[in-house]
Amino acid sequence: MSIVPEARGTAVSRASREVVVSAPARDATVGAARVRSEPHPAANLPGLGLADRPLPASEELAPADEPAAAEELAAAQERSASQGLLAPVPPRIPAAAGFGAAFGAVYRGQLARSKVGRIPLLFVASFQSIGILVLLRGILDVGNTTAAGQVVAGSTVLVVAFVALNLLAQRFGALRAAGALDYYLTLPVPPAAVVLGTAASYATFAAPGTLVTAVFGSLLYGLSLSGLWLLAPVVLLAGVCLSGIGAAVGLLAPRPELATIAGQLGMSIVLFLGVIPADRLPEVGRLARDVLPSTYAVDALAAAFQRNVDWATVLADLAVCAAVGAGALAAAVLALRRVGTS
Amino acid sequence: MGGVLSYAIRGLTRRHGVGEHSVLANDRIDLDVRQGEVFGVLGPNGAGKTTLVRLLMGLLRPDAGTIMMFGRDVRAAPDLPARLTGYLGQADLALAELPVATAVGTTARMRGLSRGEARAARDAVLDELGLTGVAHRPLARLSGGQRRLACVATALVGDRPVLILDEPTTGLDPVARRAVWGALERRRDTAGTTVVLITHNVLEAESVLDRVAVLEAGRVIACDTPGQLKASVSGDVRLDLAWRHDPPAADPTVAMLAGLATVSGRRWTVRLAPAAARDALGRLTTGAALAALDDFSLATPSLEDVYLTLGGASRDLERT
Ligand SMILES: Nc1ncnc2c1ncn2[C@@H]1O[C@H](COP(=O)(O)OP(=O)(O)OP(=O)(O)O)[C@@H](O)[C@H]1O
Ligand SMILES: [Mg+2]
Repeated sequence: MSIVPEARGTAVSRASREVVVSAPARDATVGAARVRSEPHPAANLPGLGLADRPLPASEELAPADEPAAAEELAAAQERSASQGLLAPVPPRIPAAAGFGAAFGAVYRGQLARSKVGRIPLLFVASFQSIGILVLLRGILDVGNTTAAGQVVAGSTVLVVAFVALNLLAQRFGALRAAGALDYYLTLPVPPAAVVLGTAASYATFAAPGTLVTAVFGSLLYGLSLSGLWLLAPVVLLAGVCLSGIGAAVGLLAPRPELATIAGQLGMSIVLFLGVIPADRLPEVGRLARDVLPSTYAVDALAAAFQRNVDWATVLADLAVCAAVGAGALAAAVLALRRVGTS
Repeated sequence: MGGVLSYAIRGLTRRHGVGEHSVLANDRIDLDVRQGEVFGVLGPNGAGKTTLVRLLMGLLRPDAGTIMMFGRDVRAAPDLPARLTGYLGQADLALAELPVATAVGTTARMRGLSRGEARAARDAVLDELGLTGVAHRPLARLSGGQRRLACVATALVGDRPVLILDEPTTGLDPVARRAVWGALERRRDTAGTTVVLITHNVLEAESVLDRVAVLEAGRVIACDTPGQLKASVSGDVRLDLAWRHDPPAADPTVAMLAGLATVSGRRWTVRLAPAAARDALGRLTTGAALAALDDFSLATPSLEDVYLTLGGASRDLERT
């Protein structure tokens, strides 16, 4: 490959810019003519006012086709010196953004996306769950606090699932389809920060919905509100867990419509297996329930509504959520990388 | 050769798809990009330009070949491109609903700038590109050109040592285009920034690029300074004439030119030896045809000529 001195390349491109030269000896009504100021021998046209235009001296002196290495070096050094720079040194490699900063930036960016459009989200997510609570109120025995606790917990986790599985899968599917993930993949940020930052921005609109649902459900079914603080860790862990799954689904689905459908299907499964009390499920259902990670969040939260909380079980359930969450997140990160470097 | 190469690319090959319908998008590409140069990739649609820069960014894995960035193999250091490079892709959905200032500011944060630095860098680049007036509008509610310019701002913010820009000026008006060119040259001159940019635009290639690689069907068909490339293909110059009404056909100069010109409406393009062009123009501007002459320009061969001579089909190249 032919390498031409940097300095000459610069001079050529600099000088080749269009220069406006007054048209010669013409009446005033004739406009100016544009003459390209190429440092080409042919451009030295007398009588067109070109002669008095300064051309870079080096261009006229240097024979164009035999760049001597020494000249090249000298020219490069001269150029560097004239700019007060030393000979080029490899740049300092900038540090990557930390997880916190990256998470914050993704979160803030996603939060800024048309806030107005997502306020209805808050209502949709909780109306759906509240509807289910009201519907099941007629079926359940009021005295059965175990079943009632599970219905309330299931409906609350459903709000999380709506956001994480439905909306997040849809968003990542769309980003992937548009080739827009390149934006994140070419920034020095941990992919997990992208997934979690995006999930958290949706969660900001959905979190109030979980509170509304849990409180409404407790009141409707006459449950104790004293253990409600458990809502925070449950929503957080279920959120991480389901967001990881939702993001992975969105990223891996071959087409964005499939991502949307898969997300909605996932949400329906979370709904049925979470809301219907375990002892009323058929054998298959119970098996499926054990496999579905969101049900551990449901169980942990359901315990909060009981008089005697078995903390060991709650902790175990939360630990399962955390473990699956870590796994799901890792899957999403892998998916993001895989999509990036196909 | 002095200094370190920003990129040393050898034998870079990438095929899209498999089987019959696969496309060899990059075919054994060898390129050196030096630190502190504005390096252009010119070529028609589908030539493989985007594939090349996505390979450089680690967004695609090469089938064969190596990419060395500042002397380091990017396979051994996959995070290098993201840390060293500000990248502008062709898609911008990720930012579509963000206000311009937020898009640029959060991008700066993701490049590791502190809160204060990010704010200052954001304001500076918005000002530099003339976007301050629309800083609070979401990208989706800007004109196409403003939106592209805002994306350019996200690539520039944080002053990376390398910039890779996929068609940064497509859809920009001349003022915005010059703002981008100015911003790139400023970074090259003051910070030694290396710029790799894809363009379809011959004027852009000729006016801002230090060197240009011409890509055609996945192959580099030429790589040199714009001036050297042009000097290599032809000694002829191009005389463009625009008439305000039909020129006097009896005028011998007009008749001579009419025989040689490519005519499009009232515009004539004639390729001539320099001396002949000088003579013809001299006679036109002093003779009877002057009254009919609206505008003229005389230019040495453009990159478009280079491109045609090298066997490219130039219908996709823009000239303005
Ligand atoms: N994901 C893909 N799958 C299959 N073929 C692809 C894919 N991406 C690109 N191609 C093909 O590879 C070739 C090179 O595409 P590329 O996007 O690199 O071209 P380009 O030079 O950037 O074109 P443009 O000027 O239109 O942006 C084209 O023939 C294109 O159809
Ligand atoms: Mg392209």
